[in-house]
This record gives sequence, structure tokens and C-alpha cells, in this order.
Amino acid sequence: MSTETSNIEELANQEYKYGFVTDIEADAAPRGLNEDIIRLISSKKGEPEWMLQWRLKAYGHWLTMKEPAWPNVSYPPINYQDIIYYSAPRPKVRPKDLSEVDPELIKTYQKLGISLGEQERLSGIAVDAVFDSVSVATTFKEKLGELGIIFCSFSEAVREHPDLVKKYLGSVVPAGDNFFAALNSAVFSDGSFCYIPKGVRCPMELSTYFRINAADTGQFERTLIVAEEGAYVSYLEGCTAPMRDTNQLHAAVVELVALDDARVKYSTVQNWYPGDREGKGGIFNFVTKRGKCAGRNSRISWTQVETGSAITWKYPGVLLIGDNSVGEFYSVAVTNNRQQADTGTKMVHIGKNTKSTIVSKGISAGHGQNSYRGLVDVKRNAVGARNFSQCDSLLLGDRCGAHTFPYIEVKNTTARVEHEASTSKIGEDQIFYCKQRGLSTEDAVNMIVNGFCKEVFRELPMEFAVEAQKLLGVSLEGSVG
Amino acid sequence: MSLLEVRNLHAGVQGNAILEGINLSVGKGEIHAIMGPNGSGKSTLAGVLAGREAYVVTEGEVLYQGKDLLGLSPEERAREGLFLAFQYPVEIPGVTNMYFLKAALNAIRKHRGIEELDAMEFIALVKEKMKVIDFDQSLLNRPVNEGFSGGEKKRNEIFQMAVLDPTLAILDETDSGLDIDALRIVAEGVNRLRSPENAVVVVTHYQRLLNYIVPDFVHVLIDGRIVKSGGKELALVLEEKGYDWIREESGDVPADAHAAGSK
Repeated sequence: MSTETSNIEELANQEYKYGFVTDIEADAAPRGLNEDIIRLISSKKGEPEWMLQWRLKAYGHWLTMKEPAWPNVSYPPINYQDIIYYSAPRPKVRPKDLSEVDPELIKTYQKLGISLGEQERLSGIAVDAVFDSVSVATTFKEKLGELGIIFCSFSEAVREHPDLVKKYLGSVVPAGDNFFAALNSAVFSDGSFCYIPKGVRCPMELSTYFRINAADTGQFERTLIVAEEGAYVSYLEGCTAPMRDTNQLHAAVVELVALDDARVKYSTVQNWYPGDREGKGGIFNFVTKRGKCAGRNSRISWTQVETGSAITWKYPGVLLIGDNSVGEFYSVAVTNNRQQADTGTKMVHIGKNTKSTIVSKGISAGHGQNSYRGLVDVKRNAVGARNFSQCDSLLLGDRCGAHTFPYIEVKNTTARVEHEASTSKIGEDQIFYCKQRGLSTEDAVNMIVNGFCKEVFRELPMEFAVEAQKLLGVSLEGSVG
Repeated sequence: MSLLEVRNLHAGVQGNAILEGINLSVGKGEIHAIMGPNGSGKSTLAGVLAGREAYVVTEGEVLYQGKDLLGLSPEERAREGLFLAFQYPVEIPGVTNMYFLKAALNAIRKHRGIEELDAMEFIALVKEKMKVIDFDQSLLNRPVNEGFSGGEKKRNEIFQMAVLDPTLAILDETDSGLDIDALRIVAEGVNRLRSPENAVVVVTHYQRLLNYIVPDFVHVLIDGRIVKSGGKELALVLEEKGYDWIREESGDVPADAHAAGSK
């Protein structure tokens, strides 16, 4: 094996720089799941009866379902009766200032270019009056309120906007959609609700607020975004800063609804704990994300950069119901060490002249296994449907894997579906070329990987794109330095 | 003191010896041409000097600016001013030429303790260098070498050389695959970059490039040894008579006997 290959491996073998903070929750339900636990969750949250009934119905579905075995991932069996499904939010012991925060964490923040104020907030420091993120958030909220935009926690939406929640909850991802969605529907902790009224263009990326809002959403997150006729919203989920989380199993559900001429852009940058080198302790991320282009000329775009999690099982899709509606999926998934990702999208063409675009970039390093799984489903009435899919895989080192499982089902003869796929290895030639121009191996790998992902980063909001590039650098750079 | 001093260099790949005792001395301000038939070890020599990891040096030493070159990593060599114009320039999809070159230049400047250039300063430098070698601006914003024609790739190598301003430039068969116009443009670029402080080693199979880049010394490399050295007129003799007569002439004479250096 040449030095070049071992250099790449060295890069890939970077340790996650901070372990878990294992706390014991004071006010927690007993382990396991049954109707009583669901009643407990619902009553602790002060939910109305209809919400409880919805949860119980979902639980009923879940009991009849089996955990999917088809993904190209392997993990030890999950004991669902050994999980705590409710723990009360409680005041945490917060560090007083940055000097009390793990210096490694601070180093990573600095590498990611996160501002001091943001660093304080992320590391859970009780903020003072000078940098009061809560009041900043309140200011945002007032501004949004003037436009009629509702943006609040899911629990608040259940209390304050029950009609909207009732109308749209489960309308894209039904409670019985799949095993993990059913589980989420039964026990979801909290999440975000966002409603953009007719003709309103949301004037800001809904991100900063969300980050604050998301601090304690827990492992069963639920998000619902509705854009009325002609509305527009760009929503950013997650954060490039590493997330500490004691919950191993995450099963979130995200539902997006776009009515006539509406557009929803949903971007995710995810950097959870991937586990140690042997894959122990990492997050299992089983997410159901789906958008519904319900109206004519509506458009939903998913952009994701996935670098964390031990196991990723995630297929953000779009139901293209309205005529001329457009679905897009842009994805970068990185697997390193023992990480496994089975991710892709589902584009279901139902309306006429519907279009979808899929661009998937998988990067595997170490022993990482990266699978793209995508479904392009053109129904009988989808006259003039178009799809373009491009799946590229990049391998770093020689012990990782890239897999592609494209499914294409076409029932309308006027449809046009294109699929392109490529697999490449970071070439020693490329790295040597960069080094001969004075760049270090680390910078060379970063540059090549970022170049590979460019088509996806281009879809991210500017500021997020810069963060994502740095994040990719940090994820692969690692041990060097 | 010469800029580059190669002494009894033996190197090979996967146990196969390719270079079998190279001696070469290059002084500042000089242009050396290394010529030889296919498979004689020309590109191996260029690769060993630049630090290609596939090659293993089994014997000998190389001094560059009086320091042990072989002990330096490829990127350290580059930052110390050694530049290799690749025979087959590599494509880097998604990374613009401009971005790549700025990162490279700043890595070199940082190493030398010079302040790194910001975007505006870099653009000013690039504009100036573009004039020197007649480089098309549209290539700057395209991904490195991706979709470039053979001529554009080679011109891009010379453009990079112009921006990075090396002390020792090694051109590895830069003439291969070029039509006569491109050849002239590339050669003119090299000539304009010539200074009393730097040196150029031109590795080539054909004499024609040497019509445009006139060497001070010509060395003939056969079977991993420099078997004959001379002035620029040697290249013309080679063009006319080929390499066989040298093979016969040199016979089994040890390469050292013919080794040449700067005066």
C-alpha cells in the first residue's frame, strides 16, 4: 500500500473529539412503551383529547408493524421496551462561560467559524442581557407575526392552532406510513410548526430561531411546514456544530405541504455523533421526510448534508400531485469509520407535466458504507413527467463501499426518465497534483471532496454552504493537526 | 553552488530499477534539456525530483539549494520553489482553476513567511501573469483541467508556473500532444519567465520544442543513465541521427564518465 493511501486513511481515522455527556434524567417515565406511557406523554404536555387519540391510533398501527429489514445497513437489534419515551425537560447545569466548556468543542466551533455569541449559546451557556438570543428570537417572531407567519414549537401549535394541525398532521406521512413514522406519531416529543399564509414570502431563512428552538426537541422530533397558495419559505434544519445527544435512537418525521404556486425549500446539515471507530454509541437516525406538492406549479426542494449518525435511514421524497409541480433532492452523505448510510429519495409523479431532479453525492471513507436508494415512480396519469437523476460516489481508501439502488417505475408512456451514476476514487494522481502545487494532503482531500459536492452545496443558502464546506473539511480532515 | 545537484541517483518502481546512476548539475539561470527514447527514464527522473511516492530511491542523493531534496515531502518541495509541469495534467472536478491556484500560491507564501494574498490582490497578480503567457480568461473560472483540450491543459501548466514563480521548473514532455502554434505559445511563456535566479529542466522526446526554448545543456538519457551531454547543437544531431549511434558509442562505458554539469 502506498503512502498516499495510508495518508487518506489517517485522515479518515479521525476520532470524534467529544464523547457523550451521560446524564440521568430526574423526571423520566419508566422504560418501555405501552398505552399508559403515551397517555403520560400526552398529559404531561397538556394535549387535547384528539391529539391523544391520534397518538394512540398510531401506536395501534405500530404494534402491527415490523422494523424494516431491507436497508443495506446492519446494527444490533433495538429493544423498544428498553427505551425511555418521556423525560421532563429540566434545568441543566450550565457552564458559566466558555472557559468551562470542553476546549476541544471550542476548537471545533472555531474551525467551523462560529461566532463567539453563537458558541456560547451552542454550548449551553446561560446567556446574559447583552447577548440575549431569546429576545432576538422574540424580535424575529414579532416580525413574522406581522406577516401572518406562524412559527412555533409543535406543542405550542397543538395548543394555539389546533385546526391547522388537525388539518395537516399526517396528511403527508400518515401515522401508519412505516414502522418508524408510526413510532414517532405515537410518542413524538416536540418539534416545529411553520405556516406561511397565502401570497406571503417569508422574509428570512427560518434558521437562527429554529436552532434555539431545537435545543431540546429530543429524539422523536415532529415538524410540519405548510405553505399556502403562492407562499415561499426556506427552512434550515440542524446545525454544523456537533450535537451532543444521549439518545441513541432518533426517529423524526417531517411533513411539508405546498399549495398552488407555493415553494418550500428545506435544507438540512446534520452532524450528530457517528460513534467511535468501531461504531459503538453512535446515533441511529431513522427519519421519514416527505413533501406534498398538492397544488399546481408548486415546488419542494430537499437539500441535505449528512455527516453524523452511525446509521442513517432517510429518504426525503416528494409527492408531485399538482400539475406542473417540481420536486428536487440534493444530497451529500458522508460515511466514515463504521458509519452506514442508506439514503436517497422518492419522487412520485402523479400530476401532469411534473418534474423531479435528484442529485446524490455519497462519500465513503474508512469502513464506511454508503448506499443510495431512490425511487422514481411515474403513475398512469402523469402525462409528460420528467425526471433526471444523478448519483455519484466518491471513495477514500480501499475498505469503504458505495452502493446504488435506483428503482424506476413508469406507467405512463410519455414520461422521460434519465439516470446517471458514477463511482470514483480520490486518485493518488489528484492528490499528488495538489501537493506538487504546495497543498497539504489534508487541503488536497478537502478541496477534491468539496469540488465533488459542489452541485449540492450550490443549493444551500449561502451562509449554510460555507459552513457545510468547513464541516466536510473537519469531518475528513481530523487527525491531522 | 549549483541549484540542483543529482548524484548517482538510482530509483525504480516496485523492485524494477529504472534510473541507474544519474548525475546532473543545474545552475541558476540555466536551461537543461533531457532527451532520450521512450522508456529511458525521463519521466521517472522528473517524478523522483518532484517526490512521486510510487518511486523508490535506492541509492544516491539529490541536493536542492544545498539541502537534501529527497528528505522533503512533495508539498515541501513545491513550497521551496520546485515546480513540475505535468505530462498529463490532472482534472479536479468542481474546483475552479482560480480557487486552486490561489490556495496553492498562499500555501507557498505561508511557508515562506510572506503574507497571503487576498482575493483582490490575487486577481491583480493573475491578470498580470495572463498577459505574460497569453492565457484565456475563460479558463480561470472553469474546474481545473476539466474539459480542457490537450493544448489548454499544457498552457494551464505554464500559467500555473507563471503565477507560482518557481525557482526550479521541470517540464515533463510539455510538448507532447501540442500542435505547432500551441507549442510556440507555451515555449514563449517559458522564455518570458526565465531569469538569472531560476532554472528550467525540459524533459522531451523531440527536438522541436528546443527550437523555441533554447537549452544551455542537452543530456541524453538512455537506459536510466545520462550517456552523453553537450550544448544545444547535440539536440540537432539527435534529431538527425536518432539515438542509436549514442548507444553504440557509449557501449558499456559507465554513465559517470559522461556526466556533465554546469561550468
